[in-house]
Parts: sequence; structure tokens; C-alpha cells
Amino acid sequence: MYSWILMLVVLAAMAGAYQIGRQRAIASAGGPTRIKQLHSLPTYYGLYAALWAGLPALMLMGLWIGLQDQIVIGLVTSHLPTEVVSGLSEGRLGLLINDIRNLATGNIVSAEVTPEIQAAADQYNRLNLISQWAMWAVVLAVVLAGLAYAWMRTQPRLRARNRVESAFTVMLIIFSSIAILTTLGIVLSVLFESLLFFQKVSPLEFFFGTNWSPQIALRADQVGASGAFGAIPLFTGTLMVSLISMLVAVPIGLLSAIYLSEYAHRRVRAIAKPTLEILAGIPTVVYGFFAALTVAPFIRELGMSFGLDVASESALAAGLVMGIMIIPFVSSLSDDVINAVPQSLRDGSYALGATQSETIRRVVIPAALPGIVGGILLAVSRAIGETMIVVMAAGLAANLTANPLDSVTTVTVQIVTLLTGDQEFDSAKTLAAFALGLTLFLVTLTLNVIALSIVRKYREQYE
Amino acid sequence: MNNPADTTPPRRAIDIVNASLKRRYARERRFRWLGATAVTLGMVFVVLLFADIILKGYTAFQQTYIQLPIELAAATIDPDGARDPATLARADYMKLIREALRERFPEVTDRRDRRLLNSMISVGAPDLLRERVMADPALIGTTQELWILADDDIDMLVKGYIDRNAPASDRRVGDQMIAWVDRLEAEGRVAKRFNTIFFTHGTSREPELAGIAGALMGSFYTLVLTFLLSFPIGVGAALYLEEFAPKNRWTDLIEVNVNNLAAVPSIVFGLLGLAVFIGFFGVPRSTPLVAALVMTLMTLPTIIIASRVALKSVPPSIREAALGVGASPLQTQFHHVLPLALPGILTGSIIGMARALGETAPLLMIGMIAFIVDIPKGFNDAATVLPVQIFLWADSPERGFVERTSAAILVLLAFLFVMNLAAVLLRRRFERRW
Repeated sequence: MYSWILMLVVLAAMAGAYQIGRQRAIASAGGPTRIKQLHSLPTYYGLYAALWAGLPALMLMGLWIGLQDQIVIGLVTSHLPTEVVSGLSEGRLGLLINDIRNLATGNIVSAEVTPEIQAAADQYNRLNLISQWAMWAVVLAVVLAGLAYAWMRTQPRLRARNRVESAFTVMLIIFSSIAILTTLGIVLSVLFESLLFFQKVSPLEFFFGTNWSPQIALRADQVGASGAFGAIPLFTGTLMVSLISMLVAVPIGLLSAIYLSEYAHRRVRAIAKPTLEILAGIPTVVYGFFAALTVAPFIRELGMSFGLDVASESALAAGLVMGIMIIPFVSSLSDDVINAVPQSLRDGSYALGATQSETIRRVVIPAALPGIVGGILLAVSRAIGETMIVVMAAGLAANLTANPLDSVTTVTVQIVTLLTGDQEFDSAKTLAAFALGLTLFLVTLTLNVIALSIVRKYREQYE
Repeated sequence: MNNPADTTPPRRAIDIVNASLKRRYARERRFRWLGATAVTLGMVFVVLLFADIILKGYTAFQQTYIQLPIELAAATIDPDGARDPATLARADYMKLIREALRERFPEVTDRRDRRLLNSMISVGAPDLLRERVMADPALIGTTQELWILADDDIDMLVKGYIDRNAPASDRRVGDQMIAWVDRLEAEGRVAKRFNTIFFTHGTSREPELAGIAGALMGSFYTLVLTFLLSFPIGVGAALYLEEFAPKNRWTDLIEVNVNNLAAVPSIVFGLLGLAVFIGFFGVPRSTPLVAALVMTLMTLPTIIIASRVALKSVPPSIREAALGVGASPLQTQFHHVLPLALPGILTGSIIGMARALGETAPLLMIGMIAFIVDIPKGFNDAATVLPVQIFLWADSPERGFVERTSAAILVLLAFLFVMNLAAVLLRRRFERRW
């Protein structure tokens, strides 16, 4: 709450610093009529002052907010009486800290409030308050110091524009590095947790085991107390749903791309192409709803009328709807590569007397094939990583089955179910989600890299 | 060779071609027909999807109310006559409604039947009545014909979702209740009115009280923050990569990375948010803040790619002219190139925002599926967002939530439609051919 106000104060200070810097520059040149004496335009002196006043303060503030909680918690726990802390496992300690925090903010506390905990909560509040005020003081001091520095440096000879521009350039470089940081963050976050998981469960069991039941019993002596983490049923379930969706999406997508780019009248294309692309813009949760409440019951009724036993959450329903979702993806990527095939190839084929469909099948498609394959690989990676449709329509039971009418579960479904609801950190159950995430990330990454390089290589051929 | 076939005179090529022509033309027609079928099938899916959701959802915009003459007895609401808001807020409004019901159905005396009768009224009805009375204390002491919110079962019955011919044990509404509702309907005391609750309330366990206002505000805060973060960063990154970056391994790496990130499954971003933002930096769960951080990382590749295309389409002559009159490279970009590329950049950003608005999976990981009734008031309040609300409602067993889910989907699709329309119009309005 206070941080937001401080942030606004700093921003206001930057605006003020801009004005001050500008005025100072004009004054140091000897009035508005003589600004030719300045190295840069007065605006740049203003920006220079604003940057000095704002940037260090904002960075310090970010750091402070990021570290405050950890430091305060560390201080509070170190002051807890030893008889309270000693003999507590890491998880128990976390619970205790959570209680202290909840007590301090007036939330519900899990355990009984002992005087020690009450004292700790009071101390937590006190330290937080001190930290808040200290942050205000220090940040404002840094603002003033920055402003004073800029004030002193502002002379006609100061190359303000170059300074400001190099600051901006550095900022741009940092912005563009965020993509790398994101990838790094993904890899590190799933990797570390996965390594913890593989310390508890052997990778052999995870990748080749056929029994998946991550529920860990409450008592150690219950059946299946340790949970079973064989992910093969998840992999086969994912593959089955993706396969069904590809069986829907690839023929329909490819054929409509061919029809729209080779046969269709301009006006038909102008209507049909955006209509198909609507499918790509619909949120996946809508498809999930459609699959779970319309398609799955429909398939079930249909199956029953043929005397088949269909699960109410079947791989078929999820796969079909996912296929519908991916149609525009396949069709627009194929459309691109088909359009990129030079007309001269088609003309050559027609000159030999081939019909249009023969030209398409024997000349255009082979020429566009690498691009189409790349597009399909991207679509497969999308199908594997798709979450909402399967969460809502595919089911939770890890069946190792080849029957598309059965309920299956997928990697993404399990990640969601493992990480939502009641959970404790660093149990094998929670960590398993990260191991699944790592697998998912690596598989889709491989598919993407192959697909992107195929598409790119192919495009270069005709350009 | 002693094959007798060789003794026949050789056939001319034209004959072979002519003989196969019919077959080839038939094949041509089949192929063409196949393509047309595929396109039609795709369009049919679009129509089916929309028809299904609209048919399921349009009824949610109306809600059933029962009109009852309610005696707003001063003795119950405000015994000391001081009009003190605290007293008014504490009064037992349910009792007033029940008394009115009892008067309408004097023949119902059995305790069980009476409870059944009372269950026709929504548990939220007293709250609505309280708001009404507190807004206008002059009503106290008078008898008013008021429209009282009906229970969701009655709502479903009136809207025709409950099969009256089904055996009574399979229905949620018994024969007796149907008779009562029919009687009220015959008296003109049952009506469907515009469902304002749906737009002004947060979620609820009771379908008739559930609204999307909380989720809408959550989506709003998330989107605003996402845009504030991802737009400058995305445009800055594109500007650097397209205009300033030297061609070396580092920038190549960044480029490959951006393209890959655009294709990483969204749920992986949820894992990243959980581990890094919540686990490491301690950002509070279930807040628009953490949702916006995750969404920013997700939409950045889209914005970067779109902005690069827009920057590329600005002709080099603009840059050369600016540099020629003495502008610095950065001035060239900020004063000349960026303004010209801005329409394209904005179009890409709007499309990225539209995707962020519809995204669900990563938000499940960072706790946006908490059951939150209150409407969030800031970036740090616990909140949920519209797609997640849809996911939660889709899971609810009550029939009333099906139509509410569909209606929420309609609202979401309407927003997406508006955003996409804005993108298209923007492109049309400012598109430039050099």
C-alpha cells in the first residue's frame, strides 16, 4: 500500500526533476535566448536530471521490496525462543512462519496462538513498519542525491543528449534480454524442482513406469503410501488426444488451405478465411466448455445408441474439439507456404496438360511439403501443450488404454490437478508437476525448434 | 519377343490421354469437392460452436422474480423508529418475505411444506430487500408489491429447463412446487426480468446470485497492468533488435528465443510464475499483479514479433532523411520511425492483449482459481479473471450455472470481438502503402 504511494512520489519527483534540469540548463546558458550555448537541447538536460532522480531510486525500491519479507522473516525466526523452534522440520517451520504472518495481518491462524507467536507477530509488524519508513527515507534521499548530482553536472558543456541516449540504449538492451531471462527462468524453475523430484523418485520409474497415482496417503502404513509416479499412461493419453486432434485438424486444415488458395473465388476466400480464423481467437476454456457439455454427451449418446460403452469424459471428445481448435492453425500456416510456391511451377505443370488437382498434388504440395510439415509439427506441439480442453473434457484417471472412447488423462491435466487445491511444497506430489512440466517443455521445445528451422529453411528457397 | 500384345499397332499418346480424361476429370471434381467440404466443415464448426453457446447462454440475461405484497413492518425492521442504518442492516428481512409468502398460500400449514414454500425464494433475496429498504427508508411501515428474487430451481422451471413430464423423483422440483409456481404464474406474479445481478455481483455458490463483476474487474486490472508492462518492454525490445542490434550470436540467440517463447505451452509459463514470482520473489498469490507478470512474459513474444514487422515496413528513406538533417539514431527512431510504425505495433499489441484476456491455464497455477466473492479493488487484492470464472462455473453441478457459464462466455467473446474489431479498424484507418 505504502509502496504504491512512494512509487507515485518518485514518479512525481522525476517530473519535477525534468523541469528543474531544464530550467537549470537554460539558466546556465544565460537565458532562453542563448540556448545555442548548450551542447544539447534543454529537454535533454531535463531528461538527464529526471533519470538521475528516478532510476537509482526505483531500482533500490524494487530491490528493497523484493528482499524485505525475507529479511524480516529471517529476523523474526532468529528471535523465536529456541524451545519453540528446535526440533521443527522445515515444513513445520514454514507453517509456523505462515501463522505468524497470518496473525500479523489479521487472518485466520491454523494453530493455537501462544504468547511466543503473538510476540513474534508483533515483532513482524514492527519490523515491517520500520522497514517501510526506512525505505521511504532512503529512497527519498536517493532521489534528492540523484537530483543534486544532476544539478551539479548541468553545465553548457555537459553532453546531455549522449548521456540520455546511452541510458535509453542500455534500457532497450535490457528489454530485449528479457526473452532470454524468461527462457532461463523457465528452465531453471522447472529444472530445480524436477531435480528435487528425481531425488525422491527414480527417473527410470518416472519415464517407464506404468502406474500413476500421485495421491499420497495420510498415514504411512496405508496402501500406496508413497504414491506411484510412472508417467507412461500420461504420455500415451497425451499422444492419443493429440493424434485424434491431428486426424481432425490436418485433413480439414490442409484441404481448406488448398481450396482457399487454389480454387476459391476471391470473394469466397475473403469470407471463409477470416471465419476459419475466428476459431483461433476463441479462448481455450470455451472449447473446453463446448467439449465437456456438448460434444462429450453427444458422443456418449451416439455410442449408447450403437450399444458401445463410452466414458462420459472420453479421449475422443477432447481430441475432436482440440482438432477443431487447431484447424485454423494448420490452414493458415499451409496457406502461407502454398502461396509461396511460385506460379511458374504451376504454369509449367499446366503446360504439360495436367489438371489443376494433378498440379496441386504432384507439384504444389511436394514443393510446399517442408513448410507444411513444419506447420504440422508446430500444431502437434500446440496439441501436446494444450491444457484447458483436456482438463475439462479428458478426465483424471490415468488409464493405459488404446480405446479412444475411454477416459484418459494427459500431462497438462496432471500438472493442473497436482498444483491446484491443497498442496504442500517439496512433497513428491507437487514436485512431480514440475517434472511433467520439464518433460512437456523439452518435448515441445524440440518440436518447435525442428519446425521453425524447417519453415525458415524452406522459405529461403524461393526468396 | 513372343508376346501377342506387341503385335497390335502402337497407340498414340493422344488416345491414351483421351481414354483417361474422364477418369481424370472425375478425380479433379472429387478433389475440388473434398476441398469445398473441408472449408464448409470448418465454417459449420464455427456456427455450431456459437449457436451452442448462444442457445445455452442467452437465457441467463433474464432472471425469474416473484412478485409479493410485502408488509415492511416497522416493528420488525426498525423497532425503535430511529432509522439507524445499523439497525436497518440487522433486521430479519427473510421473516418479512416468508410472512408474505405464507399469506399468499394460507392453505400451506404443514411444517415441511412450509419449508418447501420458503425454498422458492433465493437465500439472497433478503439482502436485496435490505439494500432496497436502506436506500429508501420511507418504505418502512408500508406494504409494497415487490419483485423478490426466486431460487435457481424455480428459475430453471420457469425457463423450461426442467422436464415436467419426468418422474418426480428425477426432478429437482417436486409436483407441489410446480403447482405453486403455476398458480403464481396464472396470477401474473412470476416474471423474468433483466438480470442485473449477473453484472453487478461477484461469484456465489447460488446460481441466481452469481455474477461476473468480480471476474471482470480482475480481468481489467490484469490486462491494464499487462499492457503497462508488456507494451514498453515489447516495443523497446523490437526497436533494439530491429534497428540497433549488431548481427552477432547474442542477438541471434535472442531472436531464436523470442520465436520459441511464442510457441511454448502456456501452462509452462504458469509453472514459471509459481516457481519464480510466487516461490522466489514472494509476490502474493491470486492477485492481478502476479497474473499480469505471467501474462507479460507470455504476450511479449507476440508484441515483439508484431512490432518488428511494423518497424520493418517503414521505408529506409525515412530514416536516411532524418539522419541526413542531423538527428541522432535514437531521435530518428523516436521522432520519425516509431510514430509511423505505431499503428502496426498497436494492432499487434491489441491482438496480444486479446490472447491474454482469454488465457486460463497458467492462471490456474498461480492461484487465480480461489473462490473469491468480493470484487477486487486493486492490483494486490485477491481476484479471479473471466476465463477462470468460466472454468469454475463449468465445473459446478447446478443446472443454473450452465447458462451462467455460457453467458459469461458470451461476455468474454464480446470483449474479444471488440478488441479484434479495434485492431482491424486501426489497421484499416492507418495502413499506409509506401
